[in-house]
Amino acid sequence: MKPAPFDYVRPGSLAEACELLAGDEDARLIAGGQTLVPMLAMRLARPARLIDILRLPELAGIRAEKGAVVVGATTRQAVAERDPTIAAHVPMLARVLPWVGHPPTRNRGTIGGSIANADPSAEIPLVTVTLGADIMLATPDGPKSIAADDFFMGPMTTSIGQGECIGAIRFPVWPHKRIGVGFFEISARRSDFAFVAATAQVALDEEGRCLAVALGLGGVGDRPLRLDVSSLVGTELDAADMKDAVHAASSGIDAMSDLHASAAYRRRVAVTLCIRALEQARAEAAANPAEAAR
Amino acid sequence: MKVELRINGVARSAEVEPRKTLLDTLRENFLLNGAHAGCEHGVCGACTVLIDGEPVRSCLMFAVQADGYEITTIEGLAPVPGELSVIQDAFCETHGLQCGYCTPGMILAAHALLQRSVTPTREDIVEAISGNICRCTGYGQIIEAVQFAADRMRVANTPRANAPADKSEAEAK
Repeated sequence: MKPAPFDYVRPGSLAEACELLAGDEDARLIAGGQTLVPMLAMRLARPARLIDILRLPELAGIRAEKGAVVVGATTRQAVAERDPTIAAHVPMLARVLPWVGHPPTRNRGTIGGSIANADPSAEIPLVTVTLGADIMLATPDGPKSIAADDFFMGPMTTSIGQGECIGAIRFPVWPHKRIGVGFFEISARRSDFAFVAATAQVALDEEGRCLAVALGLGGVGDRPLRLDVSSLVGTELDAADMKDAVHAASSGIDAMSDLHASAAYRRRVAVTLCIRALEQARAEAAANPAEAAR
Repeated sequence: MKVELRINGVARSAEVEPRKTLLDTLRENFLLNGAHAGCEHGVCGACTVLIDGEPVRSCLMFAVQADGYEITTIEGLAPVPGELSVIQDAFCETHGLQCGYCTPGMILAAHALLQRSVTPTREDIVEAISGNICRCTGYGQIIEAVQFAADRMRVANTPRANAPADKSEAEAK
């Protein structure tokens, strides 16, 4: 359990980091290291050089913009978990963070690192796909942005190119007043990898009708999936509506099968958790009093 | 590579390979053997140390990444040599350990929790030690130990006139 030898460099700027990365096929970025270091220890990864981006000021910070919250890639999961801006404006991210690893791994692990790792059962990538976040990349040719849906290609595989580095994640903030989120996950142990994770966000009008809805599923497909339940918009989200919408949206999913959970099990649990997540989101949104919302 | 670390309040330096984990550096270069090498890939929590007061796994960090932080190991908790911290003592009192391999990590995780609040709920304690595996105790007595330490720290920090015992006496009169 000792990593193979490597060089270690800590560039002073993001541009320098991208340049180093672009010029060296055997180099890997390291930030929190909570997934990469175990892979190094087991020698599943043997980079010749580690480029440490954790302390780059360009990658730090959480800021609210018009219609979005931008989270710097090296924001620690534990910091995001306690952040008031995220709690207020991206409640889905705040909800899932306690399920990401354990307190000691969240103290080092970063938001961008979890996204770059692209584990199909990971909660943070699930939130980016469900909400339709943008992954903002620093590249040798300047910044660019990719929709989360196009970023995740498969298990541990993303569309990121050579010399590119995740700079920040732009989470859209819904303009509605009565918003609620729901999240459920099934795993062998609390905080272990999710066999199935489902998350939902719902916005209601003053009469309790659905104005907008987003539903996402992790751990089932080979990457996080956003389910189309737009047929629920305009309804009062009663049990039959939700059941029909979830069944229709999840019918074509190609579920993974492994030692821990069969594809049939994952599909069955997915439907149940999707309905529960929608119910929880609706109840939470309905608990925001219509008159107090402005 | 040369690294400058701050460990238990003391500036230390060492010559290490980049691939040397903070755990191995603490144990081999500085003979701080209280951080235990368990799984060495981030699963068991036996190697827990505090970085700026928060528990992290020292096997998932290279020593070359650890400069500029305040690193606390189990050796840094006792107030003076030969004495125990309140939490260490509580683990002894409640039999919160058997073989002792997980204990430094458990105590450091509990220490970070009780630095934030001396009124944790049982769920808070369970969450705080959820990243630390114990194969002896079944966790029950570890949770009791943390609750016991929290009780003692609460009483120790309460002015006598406001202490719960005094209050109930006053009410009885």
